[in-house]
Amino acid sequence: MIFQRRPSSDPLWRDEFSVEAVEERYVTRRQFSKFLVLTSFGMLAGNLWILIRSLRHKPSVYPAIPVARLGEIPIGGVKQFRYPAPGDTCLMVRTGPDRYVAYSQKCTHLSCAVIYSQPNNRLECPCHDGYFSVDDGRVLQGPPPRPLPKVMLEQRGEELVAVGLDLNAEP
Amino acid sequence: MERQQPRFQRQGLTAIDAAISLTVILLMVQMWLLTTALEALLAGHRETALPAALISGFIFSACWVLFLFVDKIDTDVRQR
Repeated sequence: MIFQRRPSSDPLWRDEFSVEAVEERYVTRRQFSKFLVLTSFGMLAGNLWILIRSLRHKPSVYPAIPVARLGEIPIGGVKQFRYPAPGDTCLMVRTGPDRYVAYSQKCTHLSCAVIYSQPNNRLECPCHDGYFSVDDGRVLQGPPPRPLPKVMLEQRGEELVAVGLDLNAEP
Repeated sequence: MERQQPRFQRQGLTAIDAAISLTVILLMVQMWLLTTALEALLAGHRETALPAALISGFIFSACWVLFLFVDKIDTDVRQR
């Protein structure tokens, strides 16, 4: 069998590359609105996932873990501990003779580790300059959208025990 | 000289462009709703999830209706 090319004014390479790149990339209004509806469906799916998560939520049960002895750290001093899971680092700050506060060390912006700044008496995230109040964990400055989760402390004898986590530390 | 589009075609294109613009605005609202609901969930406020999901569903329905409108106008204009 002999294949013969039909007479044409187009060069031979046109047969092999018959589709224009511009035509291939062209998106019609109908295609674009279909894409928009699909995006809307994706966001609805996200909202439904949030709804399912919130409906299936069970109240968290936190363990009681001793974190420090009374007087173990000086006033203005800091101790790092892990609570409630071994991977969750927290900071305990002694702000007065009988006052201890503890917060999760994960910044609520992008989970960088916050550090205590004694001169400024605040918790600071070095990544994006987010500052938190050491008194109640509320956001003082920067991009963090929420207060730092507060670790509930209880004094049991000579020990300070972590007994829970308050996600809404701000009063 | 450039060929002028027929009147019905121009009207159809205007209607389609308006519908697409409205869809984009609705999508922006839906995006804001999703991020707000997620922030609230992470902050422990679970009560916002239901209204956010309902409004998101309503916005999706509106986008779907607008798509059907675009599809209908497009088909009509091509057939004429």
